[in-house]
Order: sequence, then structure tokens, then C-alpha cells
Amino acid sequence: MKQTPSQTVGPYFAYGLTPEQYLYDFKQLVGNQMVSPIEHSEAITITGKVFDGNGDVIPDAMIEIWQNDGENQLFGRFGTGTDAQNRFIFSTIKPKSIDGQAPYLSVIVFMRGQLIHSYTRIYFSDEAQLNAADEVLNAIPVDRKNTLIAEKQGNNLYEFNINMQGENETVFFEV
Amino acid sequence: MSNIIYNQFDREVHPPYLAPEYKSTILRAPTKPLVILKQSLSELTGPVFGDFNLGEFDHDLTKNSIKNGEPLGERIVVHGKVMNENGQPIPNTLIEIWQANSCGRYVHKVDQHDAPLDPNFLGAGRCMTDKDGNYKFYTIKPGAYPWGNHYNAWRPNHIHFSLFGANITNRLVTQMYFPGDPLLQHDPIFLGVPPKGRELLISKFDLDATEPNFALGYRFDFVLRGHNATPFEKL
Repeated sequence: MKQTPSQTVGPYFAYGLTPEQYLYDFKQLVGNQMVSPIEHSEAITITGKVFDGNGDVIPDAMIEIWQNDGENQLFGRFGTGTDAQNRFIFSTIKPKSIDGQAPYLSVIVFMRGQLIHSYTRIYFSDEAQLNAADEVLNAIPVDRKNTLIAEKQGNNLYEFNINMQGENETVFFEV
Repeated sequence: MSNIIYNQFDREVHPPYLAPEYKSTILRAPTKPLVILKQSLSELTGPVFGDFNLGEFDHDLTKNSIKNGEPLGERIVVHGKVMNENGQPIPNTLIEIWQANSCGRYVHKVDQHDAPLDPNFLGAGRCMTDKDGNYKFYTIKPGAYPWGNHYNAWRPNHIHFSLFGANITNRLVTQMYFPGDPLLQHDPIFLGVPPKGRELLISKFDLDATEPNFALGYRFDFVLRGHNATPFEKL
């Protein structure tokens, strides 16, 4: 059987997929607190922006994060339309390394102007040793590797920007 | 340990990133080749929504946002089955939908189209597939609406769908269209899909699902990515 083709998420996903974040009167199934930062002292925050080919920030993208390190399975979703700087913001816990792989989060990027979503990954700048030995990272051209690494900005805070195009175009995967 | 490899996107039917007739793709389409990823634990799993308590009328958009009366427009039943390419049904998977109202107006705050909002219609819903992969929504047939892509551009009637499936490689966001819509041949979003895939996005009128004196039925099945034959054991 043939796969059902993808179509864009469009500009008006918010009241269907992220209603509470955008203040619509409909219960939200999934938000950006993959863990509660109050209950988990080790929780980390990841923020970032999505940029188009002109370097302009994209205010109508939707980001989903999935992580599974065998111990915790966590999922989050957030649109870039409510933060004053059009950032996405997630609270989660850092995944553990499995079988010597560098820890990472799986990211799915949706937006108006994408007829099919994109997959990328977030690795962590404070895992230099594991990153250096990681099979997936090492299969990527050296000058593009950094596009997958979230920069540690402070205690438990990471920044990860997504560039759809340009010199620092983020590595997207065929999964 | 089983060693299932999930199929990739079938590029014969899926749209490319860059479809210049759909202008927003021009600055948003990745330009470098995708890096092929060996699937690991996080690709072979995905969120499970079994624990969520869906609201009683989450699947019924004709009822889930009533303030002072019935929503206006043509009531429809949209139903079908979610399967993988191997034809196996996908039970207990979350389906979320959103759409314009019968006048072609979205509730979304950014939608400035000069058509009335319906106080009794939000246009968002969700359900889980049953044990056989079947789903059913009640809603109002969405109207066509204009958009700024080019002069006199109108989107055909459509309902947005979001599905999860067995794992994150199965993730699908798409749009369901209606048979015989004259706008389809002019819509760069629909036409962004290669010719082989286009029919797969058009629902079928379904008299058997039509409910007498109540609502017209449409059938729309989903096929998510499958995997290579039978799982085998690693030696």
C-alpha cells in the first residue's frame, strides 16, 4: 500500500495542536514541560529560534521533541508564536547515554512552507567526550557537526537554534 | 532483540521540501542533502497517548464548542482506518484535526479572512483509533478560503490531520480534501505532491457512512510507513 502523502501543518495549527499555549479554549494534550521543573531539580531548559533563509526568525513553526534513553520516555510540543522573541522553550531532563552513544533528543520541525516535516537531533555541548566518539556525529561533515550541538548557556540551560538554510544550515536527517 | 528497519518516506508520493509554486517553501526548504540516520531506540519508539483522558466530545466538532446553539454548515462524518504499508491496522494511535468553519474562517488569531466566525464552532478535535485502527469524527464541512500565495489564490476545502503511528518515523501531518473540488487543480500545496500521491489525499464520498437525516459520510484511510517484512532475531 502507498504511504499517505504529507502536507504542510500550515499557519493555523495552534488551536488544534497547542491550544493552551496560544490561549484557546481547548484542553491541550502535550506541552513544553516534558518534566516539571519544580519536581525535578535536575531539569534542563532548552530554548532556541528557527531561522529562514534570510536569517529571519520564523514565528509559526512547531517543534516536537521525543526522547527515549531506555529509562525515560518523554514527549513535548511547542509553537514559536507565543514567546516575545519567538523562541521555543522546553523543560526536560538530559537523556542518558545508551551503549556509548552521545545523549541526544530527537526533534521534529513543522511549519508553514514545509510540505513535509524535518527531523533533526539535539546533542549537548558539555558532552564533548561522548560527542567526539559518537557514530552519528562522526558521519556528519566536520563543519556541520556544530549545528546539532546545543550550547550550554548556564546552569541547566541550553540554546539550540535551527537554521533552515544558509551557511549554518542545520543537519536534517532521513530517518 | 528484534531488528525491524522502518521504511523511509516514499518519495514517489511525498512532496519535496522545495515546491517554488508554494512560495513559503523558498526560504524554508532545507537545501543540503538529508543525512541518512541509522535508526536507533528513539526512532523505533514514540509517544503513547493511552493515558490521556480525551473529552467526551473531542471527536465531535459539531458539539465540542457549543456556546448558544448548533454550528452552522453541512454536518459530515469523516471516518476511516489507519494502517501501515504492510496493511496492518494501527490501533490506539492519536489523531488530531483542525479546520476552517463552513465559511472558510479559522478561529486562529492570525486569520484575517473577512468571513464570519461561528461562536459554536472551534474546528479542533481528536480521537484515538480503536483496536482495528478505525477512527471517526463528526464535523462541519470546511469552506474554501483565500490566501496570499498568488493573485486570487484559494485553498480547496480541507481538514488538517496529525497522526503518530508506531514511532516517530511514522509521524504524519497532512490534509484531507474532498472529491470533485475544482480548486484542487489550482492549489500549489496539493500540487506539491507528486502526481502519484495526489489521489491518496482525496476522501471518498461514503453513502454507507452517511447517517440518514443527519450527516454525509466521507471515508479517508491513512497509510503510515511500514517496515521490512517480518522481524527476525539477531544472531
